[in-house]
Amino acid sequence: MPEKQRGRYAALAIAAVVIVVGIPLWWKTTETYRAWLPFSEISELDSLQLQLSVDIEVVFSRGTLTPEQQKKFPLSHVNEKEHQVDAKTGLRYKYETRYRTATIMEEDALNQPTAAEADLSLHMLSESSCGSVVVYVIPESSTLLPEDVKVYVGQRRTALLRSPPFKTSWNLKEVLSNLDVEVEQVVSTMSFGHQDIVAALSNRVRMTKVTKESMADSMRAIKSSPGYEITFSLLNPDPKSHSLHWDIEGAVQSYIQPLLNKLAPIANFSVDSQILYYAVLGVNPRFDNSVSAYTLSADSLSHVINPVEARLGSNAASSNPVLNFLLYVPDAHHSPLFIRDHSKRKVPSNAFHSPRWGGIMVYNVNEMYGPEAERPVDININMAKVMGVFLAQLRLMLGVQHTHPPTGFVLQSPGSAGLADWELDRLLWSRSVENIATASTTITSLAQLLDQIGNIVINDNIAQQVSSAVTSLQSAVAELEAGNLAFALQYSREAILASERAFFDPSLLHLLYFPDDQKFAIYIPLFLPMCVPIVLSLLKIVSEAKKRRADKQAKSD
Amino acid sequence: CWGKQNLKSLLKLIVIALTPAAARDEFQEELVIRPLHSGDIYASFQFRTLWDTDFLQEGQKVSHYRLFPKSLGQVLSKFSVRELHISFTQGFWRTMQWGQPFIPSPPGAELWVWFHDTVSDVDGNWKELTNVLSGIFCASLNFIDLTNTVQPSASFKPLGLGNATDHRFLRYATLPREIVCTENLTPWKKLLPCGSKAGLAVLMKSEKLFHSSFHSQAVHIRPICQDEQCSSKAWELRQTLNVVFDLHTSGQGKKEWSLFKMFSRTLTEACPLASSSKVYVDITDNPELFELSPATPLLGQAVVLGDRRTYSVYDLSRAETFGQLRSFNLLLRWKGDSDMLRPLLHAERYVAGFGLQTGEIHTVIYNNHPYRAFPVLLMDSVPWYLQLYIHTLTVTSKSRDNKPSYIHYQPAKDRHRPHLLEMLIQLPPHSMTEVTVQFERALLKWTEYTPDPNHGFYVGSSVVSALVPSMVAMRTNFTQDQPLFSSFVPVKEESSYFVRVYTEPLLVNLPTPDFSMPYNVICLTCTVVAVGYGSFYNLLTRTFQVDEPSPPLSKRLANLIRRMRGVPLLT
Repeated sequence: MPEKQRGRYAALAIAAVVIVVGIPLWWKTTETYRAWLPFSEISELDSLQLQLSVDIEVVFSRGTLTPEQQKKFPLSHVNEKEHQVDAKTGLRYKYETRYRTATIMEEDALNQPTAAEADLSLHMLSESSCGSVVVYVIPESSTLLPEDVKVYVGQRRTALLRSPPFKTSWNLKEVLSNLDVEVEQVVSTMSFGHQDIVAALSNRVRMTKVTKESMADSMRAIKSSPGYEITFSLLNPDPKSHSLHWDIEGAVQSYIQPLLNKLAPIANFSVDSQILYYAVLGVNPRFDNSVSAYTLSADSLSHVINPVEARLGSNAASSNPVLNFLLYVPDAHHSPLFIRDHSKRKVPSNAFHSPRWGGIMVYNVNEMYGPEAERPVDININMAKVMGVFLAQLRLMLGVQHTHPPTGFVLQSPGSAGLADWELDRLLWSRSVENIATASTTITSLAQLLDQIGNIVINDNIAQQVSSAVTSLQSAVAELEAGNLAFALQYSREAILASERAFFDPSLLHLLYFPDDQKFAIYIPLFLPMCVPIVLSLLKIVSEAKKRRADKQAKSD
Repeated sequence: CWGKQNLKSLLKLIVIALTPAAARDEFQEELVIRPLHSGDIYASFQFRTLWDTDFLQEGQKVSHYRLFPKSLGQVLSKFSVRELHISFTQGFWRTMQWGQPFIPSPPGAELWVWFHDTVSDVDGNWKELTNVLSGIFCASLNFIDLTNTVQPSASFKPLGLGNATDHRFLRYATLPREIVCTENLTPWKKLLPCGSKAGLAVLMKSEKLFHSSFHSQAVHIRPICQDEQCSSKAWELRQTLNVVFDLHTSGQGKKEWSLFKMFSRTLTEACPLASSSKVYVDITDNPELFELSPATPLLGQAVVLGDRRTYSVYDLSRAETFGQLRSFNLLLRWKGDSDMLRPLLHAERYVAGFGLQTGEIHTVIYNNHPYRAFPVLLMDSVPWYLQLYIHTLTVTSKSRDNKPSYIHYQPAKDRHRPHLLEMLIQLPPHSMTEVTVQFERALLKWTEYTPDPNHGFYVGSSVVSALVPSMVAMRTNFTQDQPLFSSFVPVKEESSYFVRVYTEPLLVNLPTPDFSMPYNVICLTCTVVAVGYGSFYNLLTRTFQVDEPSPPLSKRLANLIRRMRGVPLLT
């Protein structure tokens, strides 16, 4: 029957057109654009194995070793330690120690009368690279260090170590192993400590066995960010009685700027100041008859900040985190005002800080004028006193941790720069690790999110940001491994920037919610009437073909 | 003891000597109260902060603030702003009843900014600036984009120092729909050095301020000269707040008012940071009209808007102003009625026509001067969805064609740019000039409609700027002791003064679709396609066979009966 045959062919042709042309066309026109992402590399980053390499140089000065012992120099030695922090994060520390004898110039430098001068002239001789540590071993009898001092840590990356008594009969190996414990102590003071690094990983790793102190340190320090705004505010709640003058410009130049210059590799800082009038603290201080002064107890300090903060204003021109430092001059009727700590003692600095927010200092002026003085009284604020307190608070906020040197160690105070080179290195180590941890978490969670929700459009610029974040992360990890601390930090900063930009891109929110049931509600009026005849006729054709085959079978039988 | 005292005073002397000789910033505050002829009260606050610094200086960043608010200073230096004027207004200023305001503003929000001529990406800066300002003032300024921003060529000249005329660096935008309320007032008050804790700002209680016929708050920032020779520059931040209280209706028909009645507060002190703090009351029409207490011996005269006015001046920095009660409350009783004031320049606007396709915008400008003609600049910014037919533009005065001497027209681009029409029109004396232009309403895409499209779409006020002939000689010389309200617009010549008049914003209905339409359309098309497809499919796949026609029903019945009877069947 040719007619029946024709109908069958027509049905098959229509089904073929629908399947070959219609479905791909529909698929192509309704799909969301999703650029390619380096998922495999991101999943590699999910399990992070960080290796931190430190170069240590141990220099023996004249009189510490016998000539036979010296013959074997130079010598080097690698020491590795591994820690598995959690299932996906591992740390490996690689200490590469090189031993050599001092050059003539270094000997000269070590002959300076005091340790500080020796430190300076050693620094003039050679610039040690970021992250490295140089230990000079000086004879036991040296007068460079006071009697009971074993180790002197300088302003740069050098330390002077008084050699323990060696027996001349020892060979070099014994000498070195005898020295190892001391060198290790020096390195753990001047370079990263395990606790700090684990604390820096807090974005990736659930904190379990971190000491309370390093936890407090890491909570206090403001999170790593490419830039910070530092705002000094003078709060004058009583402009009728006090006319306050502060030379903030000069104070910033002489106290804050050197520290910020030193910290320039870590982040960009901008400093500004303002004076706020009629700004009051949130709590009423209590009058204490015993000292005839107003007091703020430690418990009430948590309520002080909120009302003031509304007045501070946010920085309109940038979105970097702000560190606030407030100088509060109590009004004439509530002066003097003292802060008391938990054990009810007067806080000597009369200041306190709030983690990741900033610091407040109370500055009493009531003794600067008599009761008969004409109002408003002109008062010049002693900026040296104020800035000393704020500088200490700023160091805490920035995460320059307290180091607790073992007994017999002397740390040279950082001087006008506010920060010793090795302190900066410690900060760089933990900041690099923190950045890497944060960026890798951001990127992996973004990849996971995009993988789970298929409706999100991934634009090319997001794909580009993600890939650049991934490459920067890989380079940062590689540079850490190679011991190039400065580069590692730079790459980790780039990684964090790119990953945040990708994560917070507004285009990711477009069409986020386009549920399947609504989609099908729209498609059904078209799809149902079209598909039913096609499916039915296909079924019919199949059943006819079966029947025909059965007939043929029967006939042949 | 005496020695100690002496030492102390010596120390104090040293301290005073050490402090900077002249304060580099200065703050002034002022309140002007003018009883209006309609029986309303016009209160105008002005706060001025002068700062002797340069935000735009290369290399040196200004970052230490005293009286000038830090948030605005940062904005100025980050976006290289040369001049910034922003106003938020609730209600419409009725020029015919109230005369001219000291500083005019259109209903809604208005923002115009002159950028420094070193800015390369003005549009980018403008976009970011509007976003930042919208954060500072809690307003929807972030809705300002290229579709409602224009660059007027002549109407908005810089008010401050410098005669920049390249309008590529000027951006002007209005949001006529913006509703102004307390959340805008609070950040505005926060910019004042004394906040609302002392000085005139204590009167600003929002429930009173917004219970008024007109409320307008503004911030104007511009660079100005410190002295007549202009040897040193300073930045001026002027915050103004204008309110018109309708005391006639809220005061139970009694025509008397006091500070307490208006603001539910009295004044107790000046802001201690202010170098001058004054209250002015316009008593030009006294004593026929009203009676003022407490009376003050201090009288001041100022030439404002082409008119010489006399003011009672109350100096808040003097203790005797507050009297025995330590509080200052002004009381005023009306005695009689007076005629309505006729402002020399007045403008209004309305939309004419019927249906949802075409319409006509009418702008009417009145020159009430009895014998002087003067030119005015009319600026209109119309959104792109009203497609102006510029060939239908007509200007008629005294039923005669009045050809504008200057026309600047920038046509709109759909979804990119609004229309901008600027004209210089000569107004004949004592005349009414009518400007009409026809338009067609565009159909928007369904996502472009606002949430309540049937409310209509706002078209911002037109702006009429003019140098109006003055009745009295204006003071062109620069004096520091002039009251603030009379010194905002620089006066270039004695014979005329500058006035800007805003017309009403328009509310235009656009053809609005049924918003369930897309789904209906999808369903309908799908059904049509399915029906067509079904029959087509049927036609193609069905096989047709010639069938034996079945015998009709009667024949079948007959055959049934025949079969029962055993008679041969019919064929």
